[in-house]
Amino acid sequence: MATLSPTSFTKNFNSSVDFPITSFQTFAIFGPKLKTEQTHFRLSTSFKTGSCLELKAMKEPPGLTQKLDKNRLDGLTESENGCDLFQDLKHRFLRFKKHKFEENLGHFQNLAEGQAPKFMIIACADSRVCPSVILGFQPGEAFMVRNVANLVPPFESGPSETNAALEFAVNSLKVENILVIGHSRCGGIRALMSMQDEVDSSFIRSWVIVGKNARLNTKSAASHLGFDQQCRHCEKESVDHSLLNLLTYPWIEQKVAKGELSVHGGYYDFVDCTFEKWTLDYKGSNLGKNSRLPVKNRFYWC
Amino acid sequence: MGSLEEAIEGLKKFLSNKDDVAVAQIEKLITGLQETDPNEFDPVKRILEGFQHFKINKFDKHPELYEKLAEGQWPKFLVFACSDSRVCPSHILNFQPGEAFMVRNIANMVPAFDKLKYSGVGAAIEYAVSVLEVQNILVIGHSRCGGIKRLMTHPEDNSAPFDFIDEWVKIGLPAKVKVQAEFGDLPLEDQCKHCEKESVKLSLCHLETYPYVQMGLANKKLRLMGGYYDFVHGKFELLEFEPRFHHLFST
Repeated sequence: MATLSPTSFTKNFNSSVDFPITSFQTFAIFGPKLKTEQTHFRLSTSFKTGSCLELKAMKEPPGLTQKLDKNRLDGLTESENGCDLFQDLKHRFLRFKKHKFEENLGHFQNLAEGQAPKFMIIACADSRVCPSVILGFQPGEAFMVRNVANLVPPFESGPSETNAALEFAVNSLKVENILVIGHSRCGGIRALMSMQDEVDSSFIRSWVIVGKNARLNTKSAASHLGFDQQCRHCEKESVDHSLLNLLTYPWIEQKVAKGELSVHGGYYDFVDCTFEKWTLDYKGSNLGKNSRLPVKNRFYWC
Repeated sequence: MGSLEEAIEGLKKFLSNKDDVAVAQIEKLITGLQETDPNEFDPVKRILEGFQHFKINKFDKHPELYEKLAEGQWPKFLVFACSDSRVCPSHILNFQPGEAFMVRNIANMVPAFDKLKYSGVGAAIEYAVSVLEVQNILVIGHSRCGGIKRLMTHPEDNSAPFDFIDEWVKIGLPAKVKVQAEFGDLPLEDQCKHCEKESVKLSLCHLETYPYVQMGLANKKLRLMGGYYDFVHGKFELLEFEPRFHHLFST
């Protein structure tokens, strides 16, 4: 299995050219010759002026503050000028092209004709938990949705980006497995657990409220624990609730009942580097909101 | 060497470990993997192999990095990419843990600011820009995108509706209209390719409708970029979106 290893990269590419800044600048990162293209894109939507564009002071959502410490500040480089950033992205792509794409050309040519992933993954958008890295999914293996706190809204909540992806993966790609992966120190879950009753206009609140049942269960089962431990409990509880929410989609439940689709939960702890995995044990029983999720094949890897 | 054999060979290297408990666990793991019927796909074994590979080859080899990441994340990028299994930015742009806060959805779309309809995307943007203070937002489109094809072909092809997919890809309607007006005489495949790129530009414009993005652009702390990954030809394009609004005054 090819790895993603941050090897040092010393090859120089002489194909960068500075262009005058216009609305859109196009740089061809790879191609037989450089091309430039100045495109103009007019907005077809209109924007209201005035108060909607006021830059109001931002109220920080609760429980999300990251303390700035010396280590973080040391880790931040000065903001790169345009060319450095573009060069970096260019080098990254060319390295992928050389070490993966061209070395597996037949495989990538097949993939270009169509994808047949066996997994659909729902994972958090957190930069530390990409399933391609931690579980080594290679191109073609996993259809992936990533959102804040790896939440799956129930069917009755109406259309959303997550269930659009579910519909495509299950009904069009016909994946055989859905895996919802939670993780340690999740900022979204922390926001869910920190929410107060007062009206909070943040997007984050509007989204993480999808996990409210997980929060309720956690508060009742783990109120004796410290806040960090409660969050950890909720991270796993939320995965279970997402699995239950998956079954609220009729076309998912039908396939699970027929044995055509398996639904799994996972939990990645990046503090200890451990991975837990469990599978929904569907027996056709009535899985109400308050019932414990029946699971089988629970593994803990460390 | 197949991935299974590679995993077994990798594990065998650790049998010289002096820790008896670890050796016993590794031997058990090897036995389990060796008993795998190579013709039958076992999702659990696949996940295990992948995780073990990551732990041995990445996590354990870079303890300082992962110790730091356990305390927090400071990604420089917020990336929007398609859910398509072939286009993970961790592969094509080699994003390592900690580098990119990553949203993946059908056709890598960013809808305009709407608290009622699109709280999922809004939450990701709000978190990345306001809390994590990313410096760059990168929206990556790609070739042969199923979501864009759906946008371009439905409902004109009279196919049965996909309730959720159709509602979602509607976000890209302005891009479809523009492409059909400019390139309506081209074959569908070419129109789709134009729409894949036009939709990225539309998403970049939509990003500007989020107050925290506007502020970041005005303060020059945020840059918006669009990418296009062509996996048919092995190419990548990158473009930068200049701010359209300039802060004139505040009272």
